[in-house]
Amino acid sequence: MVSATLDNETRPGLSVQISRVSHAYRTGAEPVDVIDNVTFGVDPGEFVALLGPSGCGKSTLLRLVAGLDQPSEGKVGTDMVRVTGPDPARLLVFQDPTLFPWRTVRQNIALGLEARGVAGDHRAATDEALALVGLEAFADALPHELSGGMAQRAALARVLINHPRLLLLDEPFGKLDALTRMTLQGELLRLWQQGGFTTMLVTHDVEEALLLAQRVIVFGPRPASVVFEAEVDLPYPRHRDDPGFIALRRDILIALGHGEEL
Amino acid sequence: MWIGAGLFALYVPGVTPLPRTGLLGGIELAIGIAIAVVALAPWRRSEGLEQADRWLAALPIGFVIWQYATNKTGLLPLPFFPAPESVLEVFTDDWAKLAESALASLVLLIPGYAIGAALGFSLGVAIGWSRAVHYWAHPILRFVGPLPATAWLPIAFFCFPSTRSASTFLIALASGFPVAVLTSSGVASVARAYYDIARNLGADPRFLVRKVAVPAALPSVFVGLFMGLGASFVVLVTAEMIGVKAGLGFYLQWAQGWAAYANIYAALIVMAFLFSGLIGLLFAVRDRVLAWQKGIVRW
Ligand SMILES: Nc1ncnc2c1ncn2[C@@H]1O[C@H](COP(=O)(O)OP(=O)(O)O)[C@@H](O)[C@H]1O
Ligand SMILES: [Mg+2]
Repeated sequence: MVSATLDNETRPGLSVQISRVSHAYRTGAEPVDVIDNVTFGVDPGEFVALLGPSGCGKSTLLRLVAGLDQPSEGKVGTDMVRVTGPDPARLLVFQDPTLFPWRTVRQNIALGLEARGVAGDHRAATDEALALVGLEAFADALPHELSGGMAQRAALARVLINHPRLLLLDEPFGKLDALTRMTLQGELLRLWQQGGFTTMLVTHDVEEALLLAQRVIVFGPRPASVVFEAEVDLPYPRHRDDPGFIALRRDILIALGHGEEL
Repeated sequence: MWIGAGLFALYVPGVTPLPRTGLLGGIELAIGIAIAVVALAPWRRSEGLEQADRWLAALPIGFVIWQYATNKTGLLPLPFFPAPESVLEVFTDDWAKLAESALASLVLLIPGYAIGAALGFSLGVAIGWSRAVHYWAHPILRFVGPLPATAWLPIAFFCFPSTRSASTFLIALASGFPVAVLTSSGVASVARAYYDIARNLGADPRFLVRKVAVPAALPSVFVGLFMGLGASFVVLVTAEMIGVKAGLGFYLQWAQGWAAYANIYAALIVMAFLFSGLIGLLFAVRDRVLAWQKGIVRW
């Protein structure tokens, strides 16, 4: 029942093409190179995790895929169509939930429908999105009344109500406590399995990447370039003590330059 | 306390008999009895009354001191320090003119303030949103803005067909400037993440201005509205004292011409009620509009 509309959506996940992309920020006196010649692809409906040291350019890469910024060089595309601007089919969830503090949870969730002028009252749609993330009881709460985990759930619902075909997650659970994080990881997995959308998850947590993703891509220090890539060929739900899990975690930590600590 | 003050007013003889002494004493007695009734009433203990208990005790003492220093002993010189019953007499005998003046002040203030707030807000949004508008308008605002609106009086009275329109213009100018400055800085400092989220969800620039920039900037806009309201009071009273032949400022001017200081105190009291009432009203509006804010400052 909860997944009714998501299952009914016939549009599959988007594929992603990132081809020889480099990016530099030109805000200061000298340009800062943030991404260096990155090429990889994501299949429709795939769940890919992006790992890398802090500040290496992962968030920037997601902004490029979302179309919020344009790469300095190279091409970003989805379904073989070049990304030239933001589009509600590719939606980004930030590390901070950044709910609009002047709107109730329900109004926050309705933001996309309202922004695109979707007609009618959005009650049914918002009810469904609230149920999807278990926030029915907080529909009329204001953001400052929510806990961190609830706010992040609301941010997720604000995106899912638009039925994105590509979900971009930028360390969405990074600031949450361990138990809330585990709960939300499980919920994300369920939503992805039901929803059929493609997911790119940026995280600094190797275990999170291995619990959730079908493939892990590791970037080196800034400017980001791909240093390691691995398929995670383990069935869901994953277990941290699985030998395959442990072996992959080891390989990834070595790729991240933390091999000697093992 | 109030009963004591009433008895003091009624039975201690004054230097010269004043016509409203009986009324003042009567009112004080009535307040005293009313407070006693409410305080002793077993069925309902009033929170507000308990909160204000020290004020309720201090006020009659103040009245007694005031009376003592003026008419009862003549310590303070007339006409500058009239007795409270003289001020009361102004209210009873000249209330029509006071009310008319207060109304005239409001009628002059409100359109000017409304125009100033509306234009200041629009200009502020434009400056905060558009680089081009910011480039051209911001230096002008920075250069001309610090001039007190009253400094424009000579030019305004000369440029406008009537002192009334000139005053409206000046009030609008005085209130518009802080509103424009604070609105523009509010809009300019909206976190980029809000825009990113809305753009990502499919918002067009119109939506970004109306549903993101403006609500996010509202706390700052209200600071501007408060500053503008204060500035508009200054201009209002000045304009009424100098050119406009109506309103409380004019009443003050007129009373001063007759050395009628009791009338001046009465007009000041009316003005204090009027202006603090308006500020209170703006606070009430803000508390409603910004109810979403956590830990909002109460007035
Ligand atoms: N808007 C910006 N202007 C200039 N530099 C930026 C901007 N955003 C990020 N950077 C810089 O780019 C680098 C990569 O940032 P980011 O993509 O956020 O890294 P990550 O998400 O991997 O931690 C950092 O050094 C950061 O300081
Ligand atoms: Mg980041």
